[in-house]
Amino acid sequence: MAKQEDTLGAQQAPESRPREAVAETIRVGVNVLDKLMTLVGELVLARNQLLQISNTVEDPGLQAVSQRMNLIATELQGEVMKTRMQPIGNIWSQFPRTVRDVALGCGKEVGIEMEGKETELDKTIIEAIKDPLTHLVRNSVDHGIELPDDRLKAGKDQAGRLILRAFHEGGQVNIEITDDGAGLNGDRIRKKALERGVINAEQAARMTEHEIFNLIFLPGFSTAEKVTNVSGRGVGMDVVKTNVEKIGGTVDVQSTRGRGTTVRVKIPLTLAIIPALVVTCGGDRYAIPQVSLLELVRLEADEVGKGIELVHGAPVYRLRGRLLPLVYLNRELKLAVDENAATESDGAVNIVVLRADERQFGLVVDQINDTEEIVVKPLRKQLKTVKTFAGSSIMGDGKVALILDVLGLAQRASVIAETRDRALTEKAVEAAAREEKQTFLLFAGPGDSRMAIPLNTLARLEEFPVAQIEMSGSQWVTQYRGQILPLVRLNVVLEERRNKLRALQAPPSPDSGPIQVLVLNHDGRCFGLVVERILDIVEDRADVRSSATRAAVLYSVVIGERVTEMLDIPAILRSADVSASLPGVATRSAEVAN
Amino acid sequence: MDQTSQFCTFYLDKLLFGVELKAVQEVIRSLDMTRVPLAPAVVSGLINLRGQIVTAVDLRKRLELKPRPADTLAMNVVVRSEDGAVSLLVDEIGDVVEVEETTFEPPPETLRGTVRAMILGVHKLNGRLMHVLDIEKACQMIDVPETIGVGR
Repeated sequence: MAKQEDTLGAQQAPESRPREAVAETIRVGVNVLDKLMTLVGELVLARNQLLQISNTVEDPGLQAVSQRMNLIATELQGEVMKTRMQPIGNIWSQFPRTVRDVALGCGKEVGIEMEGKETELDKTIIEAIKDPLTHLVRNSVDHGIELPDDRLKAGKDQAGRLILRAFHEGGQVNIEITDDGAGLNGDRIRKKALERGVINAEQAARMTEHEIFNLIFLPGFSTAEKVTNVSGRGVGMDVVKTNVEKIGGTVDVQSTRGRGTTVRVKIPLTLAIIPALVVTCGGDRYAIPQVSLLELVRLEADEVGKGIELVHGAPVYRLRGRLLPLVYLNRELKLAVDENAATESDGAVNIVVLRADERQFGLVVDQINDTEEIVVKPLRKQLKTVKTFAGSSIMGDGKVALILDVLGLAQRASVIAETRDRALTEKAVEAAAREEKQTFLLFAGPGDSRMAIPLNTLARLEEFPVAQIEMSGSQWVTQYRGQILPLVRLNVVLEERRNKLRALQAPPSPDSGPIQVLVLNHDGRCFGLVVERILDIVEDRADVRSSATRAAVLYSVVIGERVTEMLDIPAILRSADVSASLPGVATRSAEVAN
Repeated sequence: MDQTSQFCTFYLDKLLFGVELKAVQEVIRSLDMTRVPLAPAVVSGLINLRGQIVTAVDLRKRLELKPRPADTLAMNVVVRSEDGAVSLLVDEIGDVVEVEETTFEPPPETLRGTVRAMILGVHKLNGRLMHVLDIEKACQMIDVPETIGVGR
């Protein structure tokens, strides 16, 4: 029997091959795909109901069928989703021409490179970002890249380079448009913003360069000195930002003077199905897109009183030493404003920490249900004016739930209403933290002097036997979690200059006991600080201080009624010249520190 | 040439209204509704119509009639508007009537206010007047939040 089949197969094979080649792709109308998507959504709902019923009925046959149905529906949903995905290369393919035309028009030479053409995105998103991307590309050629002569003068190639990159990262698609042109002129943007009254002088002085750069996304803002038919008309970048934000994305610009500019667009993979956190408030369910979600905090009844504080009536929560503004969802949505509504019957408070436009805020909800993959359905025109909702979705039980627009909600709650300067708040928090009690690690330095570092700079405490210490040049190192950890000896750093070299080159003495190491994390670099002895961890206000008496010490301070020297970690690093950077250990240690 | 057309009729606070039958997608009993906070007051909520999410408009509020008594359940008249399906909440469903153009009259001048824009006119039926509702207008103007007022 098997033999017969084999021969049959062999006979058929040559005939079927050409037919396959013809039928590889077919054209299908988008409306058919949309309809399919809706039907699959319905099927998933029906399946959920069937599963519920089959769990209550003791019938093995029914359960088996419903299980199979479950699997098939899930797979079908995945496959239908795939039909909507398109590679980003589809819209990039026209860019070489665009670049050539624009470059010709302004007498420049520009080469275009593309990476990650095959990155796939939902069809609706591809359509939505086509125009913003085209604008960014034209802008880069027209503004970013200099004229050939200027480029030669600056020591660059005559032809400019424009690089498009697309890649997946954390459930989102990143698209970068990089040029190697002149870069943004922070001073000019600052001046222009002042002229236009977009920011005041005080803000201008406080803003970081990165914040200044991002001013170019404000409406009516153009730093181009002359208006061309391509750009410089003052419309564009704000439209780019609005369009990208409309589909739940973000735009960011980074630039180095004379080296070039990178515009990074982050967009969700798909609009059709997104992971979301479902919460309950005022008896209704709301979905919060997972992309804006940072963490969940639950305050038990006895912590609520001291956990939530008021800043002139505005509720805040101290999240790891920083004040997190709280927004009560029921109040924002004008649901029944009952003071106790935000708390569960046991008095606990649920805070959903969200990110909107680089700012964080805590959303207080009645109950946190679960995360679910939800099918997003846009709101009808009649409800488009309600900025707090991004769409709606049908839940497992067939009821409709609204999807919260985190950005809109934050704007409504004035979390991000005014361009409140972040640097200011950071400083304020820092100052507040200084006045508060801080936690320090006390240890004995060379000659049994009492020294301290703030505990939050510490990643770990370790003890290494001398045998594990190796020499790398004059640097002590040890193997730590699969990485090489440079060890900085405090006694060497603090040594007088004339003795420094000798002390530096001294190998560890073999008969000494295990050495105590503070694993510290500074600027993403990890290093070990060798100390004599670890004393204690104390909490103190540390407000009596005097200036430093030697290098590598920030100041002297009274901790626990004894004078203690506060170490200046950056200075120690500079003096020890720790060149090795171990980002791998750094991130892991950061988790420990948190 | 007699122009006849069919109307789906319904009642709102004892008044008889009609919408063109060809614009009506279906009529269903009351469904589970999800309220939309901060939405214009005329939007009662969202309903799940076999996988399609449809906005429900309270016609009583839209036409500035007094609110529906709490003990009566509204019926959904799902109509096709330019912006997709919209469900109109009405008190009770009437018959489908066939009317001739000759019985139509535009609204009297004394009918004023926002309501006038939504009522195309009336058909004089036997012993009753049937108000002809302009579906587009009834669905359209609700995108203006009530606090801002209607300026068209």
